[in-house]
Amino acid sequence: MSTTTPPRERPRQAAGQSVPAQHQPTAKSRHSQRWLAWIFLAPTILGMGLFTLIPIVASVVLAFFRWDIISAPTFVGFDNFSEVVQDPTVRVSFLNTIVFVVVAVAFQLGLALALAIMVQEKMPAWLRVFFRSAFFFPLILSAASVSIFMRYLFNEQFGVVNWFLSLVGIPAVPWLTTPGGSAAVVILVYVWQNFGFSFLLFIGGLASIPVETYEAASIDGATGWRKHLHVTLPLLSPTTLVASVMAIISALQVFDQPYVLTRGGPGDSTRTAVMVIFESAFQRLEFGQASAIGVLLTLIIMAITAAQFRLSKRFVFYQ
Amino acid sequence: MTTTTDHGLAGHSPRLSEGLPETSPKRRRFSWSFALRVGLLLIAAALTLGPVLWTLSTSLRSPSESFKLPPSFFPWNPDFTSYGEVFQQLNIFLLVLNSALVTGLIAVGQMVSAAMAGYAFAHLKFRGRGALFSIVLATMMVPVQVTIVPVFMLIRGMGLSDTLLALILPAIPTAFGTFLMRQYFMGLPAELAEAASIDGASPWRTFRSVYAPLAMPGMAIVGILAFNFHWNEFFRPLILTISEQNFTLPLGLVSLQGNLGTGSISVVLAGVVLSMIPALVVFMFGQRALQDGLTAGTGK
Repeated sequence: MSTTTPPRERPRQAAGQSVPAQHQPTAKSRHSQRWLAWIFLAPTILGMGLFTLIPIVASVVLAFFRWDIISAPTFVGFDNFSEVVQDPTVRVSFLNTIVFVVVAVAFQLGLALALAIMVQEKMPAWLRVFFRSAFFFPLILSAASVSIFMRYLFNEQFGVVNWFLSLVGIPAVPWLTTPGGSAAVVILVYVWQNFGFSFLLFIGGLASIPVETYEAASIDGATGWRKHLHVTLPLLSPTTLVASVMAIISALQVFDQPYVLTRGGPGDSTRTAVMVIFESAFQRLEFGQASAIGVLLTLIIMAITAAQFRLSKRFVFYQ
Repeated sequence: MTTTTDHGLAGHSPRLSEGLPETSPKRRRFSWSFALRVGLLLIAAALTLGPVLWTLSTSLRSPSESFKLPPSFFPWNPDFTSYGEVFQQLNIFLLVLNSALVTGLIAVGQMVSAAMAGYAFAHLKFRGRGALFSIVLATMMVPVQVTIVPVFMLIRGMGLSDTLLALILPAIPTAFGTFLMRQYFMGLPAELAEAASIDGASPWRTFRSVYAPLAMPGMAIVGILAFNFHWNEFFRPLILTISEQNFTLPLGLVSLQGNLGTGSISVVLAGVVLSMIPALVVFMFGQRALQDGLTAGTGK
């Protein structure tokens, strides 16, 4: 995403041929350009400084203090970090988050890739448009609303999911009242809503693979799934990298679905890292600890991003 | 993004059957792989749209019927009792007004500030441009959840806690929007500025009369993305608003569900359906813009 291209040079010579010398940018015009630039940047830069950069620094500083808003903050060194690391709830929630990320992201990417390949193959154009719109649709809904109706669908007694299962003779599954069932529901609901984003990325990636590559492959005798294994997957690897980085970063921050579906329960079985930040800050008023957890989460996000780009140098095939 | 071919990815010799009668065995052969593929896709589409259809059609059942199985997926006999009920249990007008105000002002604020900043990064020369742009991009990596505690303090310090402004102001500076608008302005030729300055236009005039009108489609993408994201937002409103009169729609719906317990689900679902209407409008009219915006900058 770092497309910091060098400043664009205007074609001086070309303009100079037809334009008299006095129309070259003067010192005055450069001066007024600079002024305009700072005026234009002011809202964004000041806003980001106030609401993003200062809070980042404050968050890191706050992680070394104990503060409940009411009394004055006291410096406690690394106490917040050592308490947080030893806290069983925090540990479980980080573990839950990691399991959630691994399962949900693998499921989401696999599903999205399979559907994208199937949609891009031969079919009438209107059918393709229908499938694309259908898979994109959940993305426009609010995760809170989705979780509200999904809670009813997964209800043990009157839920539609168990009703369908009963048609094929499967006894009622206690979805939201057991740890395993709750975790499964959170993952299913999350993937249901988000796979469309990865799907869109894969569709874009597939469209950029030249048709000739497939023609060459089929001359060499590759057909069906072997064609995809040996041509599609390697050529799609840059897209796969981007899609997996984005999916992992967004899954690490999961909050709305578990909050509305299960409130983290039963027990701590679906409590996630962000839920623990929320609870320790705004329910227990331990702002220092909440910041410490936030700093840990950010470090994990940064490490994963760095690791993925390191890996990409080895495994991603660029055309 | 557009599919260049309509005839599949694998090259198959074209026009082999040209001129042959319709009954040519080559054309009529039933393709099992095609049927299997479309069948699987149809199942996936049913699983994607089914829950939404169920929500819509259950909200149109009478409250006492809404629990009954088998479930309904199409509202054959619509019953609007639940919609009347949800207006009584929830101040829907206020929630919609709050959500519309918050979302609308954020969208407009982002469109204007991102267009200005994007233009400065694309077409104006000043010292430190590259470094500043890198900092703006870097802020995209920081999750909201990490900055929420200090932002909450800051809002309290500014005397804005439990106001709608607490939701609006921090959401206006947008790194992603600035990035999008910079890309958009870079796509417009620099010669336009050249020509305008030859005609004696000041840099401000050049922006206002030449570039800004051309950048409207880009600004629309920023606005649609902002609208979709903030209309559905749950985490920040949950923390930054306290009294019910400042709740936004998603927050109000979750609290309604809490109040009712397992009361009548059709009433809650009626609220959910009402909250989906603006998203549906965006889906119908701005789907392409939304898709382009969401995948912008991913090197597709």
